[in-house]
Amino acid sequence: MREHLIEVTYLVAGVLFILALRWLSAPRTARRGVQAGELGMLLAIVATLLRAEIVSYEWIVVGLFVGSAIGVPMALFMPMTAMPQRTALSHAFGALAAAMVGISEFFLQTPHIERFTMGALGFEVLLGCLTFTGSLMAFGKLQGILPGRPIVYRGQNVINLSLLAVAVALAVYLVVDPGQSRLFLIVVALALVFGVFLIIPIGGADMPTVISLLNSYAGLSGAAMGFVLNNKVLIIAGALDGASGFLLSLIMSRAMNRNFRNIMFGAFGQVQAGAVAEIEERPVRTGTAEEAAMIFEAARLVIIVPGYGMAVAQAQHKVREFSDLLTRRGTEVKFAIHPVAGRMPGHMNVLLAEADVPYDQLIEMDEINSDFPRADVAVVIGANDVTNPAARHNQGSPIYGMPILEVDKARSVMVIKRSMAPGFAGIENELYYQDKTMMLFGDARAVVGDLVNELSRLRATA
Amino acid sequence: MSTSNLEVGLYIFVLSAFLGFEVIRRVPQLLHTPLMSLTNAVSGIALVGSLLIAGAHRTPLTTVLGTLAVIASTINVVSGFMITDRMLRMFRRRDEKGPQKP
Repeated sequence: MREHLIEVTYLVAGVLFILALRWLSAPRTARRGVQAGELGMLLAIVATLLRAEIVSYEWIVVGLFVGSAIGVPMALFMPMTAMPQRTALSHAFGALAAAMVGISEFFLQTPHIERFTMGALGFEVLLGCLTFTGSLMAFGKLQGILPGRPIVYRGQNVINLSLLAVAVALAVYLVVDPGQSRLFLIVVALALVFGVFLIIPIGGADMPTVISLLNSYAGLSGAAMGFVLNNKVLIIAGALDGASGFLLSLIMSRAMNRNFRNIMFGAFGQVQAGAVAEIEERPVRTGTAEEAAMIFEAARLVIIVPGYGMAVAQAQHKVREFSDLLTRRGTEVKFAIHPVAGRMPGHMNVLLAEADVPYDQLIEMDEINSDFPRADVAVVIGANDVTNPAARHNQGSPIYGMPILEVDKARSVMVIKRSMAPGFAGIENELYYQDKTMMLFGDARAVVGDLVNELSRLRATA
Repeated sequence: MSTSNLEVGLYIFVLSAFLGFEVIRRVPQLLHTPLMSLTNAVSGIALVGSLLIAGAHRTPLTTVLGTLAVIASTINVVSGFMITDRMLRMFRRRDEKGPQKP
């Protein structure tokens, strides 16, 4: 009787998880989605604690307590700018849990493990371990502990793929002979090393794809755990998580015009170095905040294009101030959000929402592109490759074919940028050399601050 | 896991993945970061497996690994849901702004 009740509770939890994602389809219902998810989780935990297998609660209480003691402060004090790092870290925790459970199950059941179970176990531990170290590497890169540039060397792909091939081969061998616990430990070690090697060659701008992919891996290892433990709610939640990460990585790779083979296994971040060669000295028009303010003064529609540079400079609050000032003057302000702007899916939206920018002002790429020809000024704040018109017409460009924000179609363009250094793809941005483009060099927060001051001064004297 | 259990498991996995795909496809880009942090929280369901290992008390090794797993997944559950909610509270339309703005 109790067993049936527990199974039904798991089913309800699974349904609640699906509803949670369903309600996330609109900002108005999204918070209800979180509540549904919380309730589902609570039910699943309570049902599990009632199971007959659990004989002692002391370590469970310790674990729950320590986990909450770390998790609660993390949730309360983590700044929104650190969201990509936090996400990478939580993939690491999820994968770690899956790997630990997998390793425990192996040692509990060896040497008599059914083939299906061992197959799922191998999958769980392989994915769990490589996602754990891979996510830690991604965390290191995003946090700035590790260099964000891709680390590449000769034969990298061959080494990585053979490492993976050996690990998989050993895991398959274990399915046939699950008594070899030493082999199992080698699989664990190889998977851990492979995770490191997988992420090392990936650069910062590819992080949105990588984080999504790691999300998917973490989910799949959870689903594999469900197969090992014959637990249906684990399979449901793992499948949902895997599907979500998979879908996001598809969207991200499409937004960067990379094909699917590229995302499945590494090789992102390897932009041909040859493209950097033809940098020529061309003049750009540099402007001052005062000149820029005069142009804004007369504008009716201003489109702001934020990028990772805005996040780095923590300029989102100044940007909101600037946008409010323009709005009060009767200028219409919209924000153009490219799907891969920033370091994770949706990064810019969260930052701007934090700064109190209403979300109906944040417009997706497909929708905003038709507005650019109508815009008096397009202001690019710390974005680069996603605005490069070369993606549209220069077939030789490494970013050719990538969907871009059509900033060059605006009547005038302002670019706020630290220096002329090329963006992640290592290519020149034609946008900067257009006659109608004005470059405002400096830290994004400082420059936008100057714009706010100049604009208020104009208003005061008017 | 017996063969019939495996089949049932596969059915559940494939159907949930499809359903998840269809549901998640409707989540706007605006909410992609909350989506990721919510699925992170949901993936904290690994807690279920971790509790079973930590509470079964079979060998010292598995109890240690299980407790580590409980800690890791509790962090995900607790911080995942809380951060998602914190993020979503910030998303407001122009007409929902507080009285501080005209």
